[in-house]
Amino acid sequence: MSREHLETNIIRILRVLGIIFFVVIVAFPFYWMIVSSFRSLEEILMQPANLWLDITKINFRAYDEVLFQHGFVRHISNSTYVSIITVVLSVTLATLGGYAVTRLHFRGQAFMSYSILVIYMFPAIVLVIPLYVVFSHMGLRDSIHVLILVYLAQTLPVALYMLHSYFQNLPVEIEYAGLIDGCSRLGVIWRIIIPLSAPALASVALYTFMIAWNEFLFAFMFLDTPEKFTLSRGVVQLAGSVHLSKQLVMAASVLVTVPILFLFLFFERHLVQGLTSGAMKG
Amino acid sequence: MLAPTFLVVMAFVVFPVIWNLWLSLKPVSLGDLRGTSLFEFNFSSVNFQKVFGDPDFVPVLLTTLVYTIGGSLLSIVLGLTAALLVHGEFPGRGLVRGLFISPYVAPVVAVTFTWSFILDPQLGVLNWLAVNTGLLTQPIPFLSQRWVELDIINIRVRLPLALSSVILFEGWRYFPFAFLFILARLQSIPDELYRAASVDGASPFQRFYNITLPQLATVLSTLFLFRFIWTINKFDDIFLLTRGHAGTKVMTLKVYDYAFGEFNIGAGSAVAMVLFFILLLFLLIYFRWIVRET
Repeated sequence: MSREHLETNIIRILRVLGIIFFVVIVAFPFYWMIVSSFRSLEEILMQPANLWLDITKINFRAYDEVLFQHGFVRHISNSTYVSIITVVLSVTLATLGGYAVTRLHFRGQAFMSYSILVIYMFPAIVLVIPLYVVFSHMGLRDSIHVLILVYLAQTLPVALYMLHSYFQNLPVEIEYAGLIDGCSRLGVIWRIIIPLSAPALASVALYTFMIAWNEFLFAFMFLDTPEKFTLSRGVVQLAGSVHLSKQLVMAASVLVTVPILFLFLFFERHLVQGLTSGAMKG
Repeated sequence: MLAPTFLVVMAFVVFPVIWNLWLSLKPVSLGDLRGTSLFEFNFSSVNFQKVFGDPDFVPVLLTTLVYTIGGSLLSIVLGLTAALLVHGEFPGRGLVRGLFISPYVAPVVAVTFTWSFILDPQLGVLNWLAVNTGLLTQPIPFLSQRWVELDIINIRVRLPLALSSVILFEGWRYFPFAFLFILARLQSIPDELYRAASVDGASPFQRFYNITLPQLATVLSTLFLFRFIWTINKFDDIFLLTRGHAGTKVMTLKVYDYAFGEFNIGAGSAVAMVLFFILLLFLLIYFRWIVRET
């Protein structure tokens, strides 16, 4: 066998092994999360190394307890509310802002586009303390709506950047045609830009939803009353109060993970496009 | 039209950074929050004195650097490997690509608690399987033990266990980010380059080393820049995995400890400022290095 032949075959084998390796390390934690959530406390304690799920022994008791005894129905609705409002506001403001940065010429325009991204250099913890201080002072800390504002501040720069990039590539002539026909600027945005930008808007919406839904630090620091907790905050609260009942924590984790994974897999193309076309939030 | 966005970002990002600087230069405790002493000009360097004088400071700094560089490099190496594996046609490719992004997309609370559970010494599947199959004689507390002693070719080596576990987690969680960008870049390398090299007699490994790697140089260095920035600023992951115990305390956790553990807001802000300046230093070095390379 020539060297080329040998190396090609070695590569083929390595490739299969490599893919199997990655599939296992990526999929196993999620598999374990789901399997554990269908187990009872006895199974968790007595058979920790049981890799397979016994279909006949599946029980939903963990979900029942988590949803109805630990208030997760409330957490789900809080998270949904916060995330959807954040998405709607982000997309709206970023569309308007992105359009302004792209089309309307004003002083400091270039500066604004670049400085938008510098914002992501700051650790969240640097922002948390002053915001914590301010809102405590104003007695506004324990509020879902303040949380939404904070999330907006985190998602708007990314959203702006993504839409700005996309808008730059739209042909100006179409807009001029609209303006000549008597549309106002807002009309141009509504009738022309938005329909043309559907994929980019979908990416932004998806990415923003992901940030708002998954967020932990600010929810942890700002929310005090359990009724207002988002899912992330709720899961941490649960884990702190039950130490052995891992099946409960796993059930709660499944509840917070499934919606975002489902949304993502459903819109995979858009999200990947969004992430690689300039997403900046780590 | 830009005004609302501008206002929100100014209020919630720019302003807090400046305020953080302000807070770091005054002695402020949690009790002062409700009072008016916040707005007095009683500047002092007492916070920075406390931070630099803390015997913890250098270890925390070192831990931060090891974690940041280790985590960034690992996620990029894993991302590169995964991208190379997935590049090219094969059945189920779309599914595999979708699957590979899950660690990055899933909520941080879910993945950290799941991994904590898997690695748990009493209840975790990993330890139980390892002990059952004889790989280990006793379970290893991956996230709560500071050091582990290993015998490698008769040399005693002491590894930071919890820190390594956390770095491995970091690599797992963020490799999809590198994976996506590298894959996108790989797919835009023109085929002719490879064909020409084949004709000239280059083997697959030679083709990788001489064509693929140079083409990826920009992506890889940019990835390292971003991963460095985001990893040095990371708080959630370590906090949820170890709370900063067993030698995993990085600077962001020190901020939390000062501000909400000791109720010393001033010291917390001071650490945050130190972190920020370290980051600026890194950026300076990075961009100077980049300029020299081009």
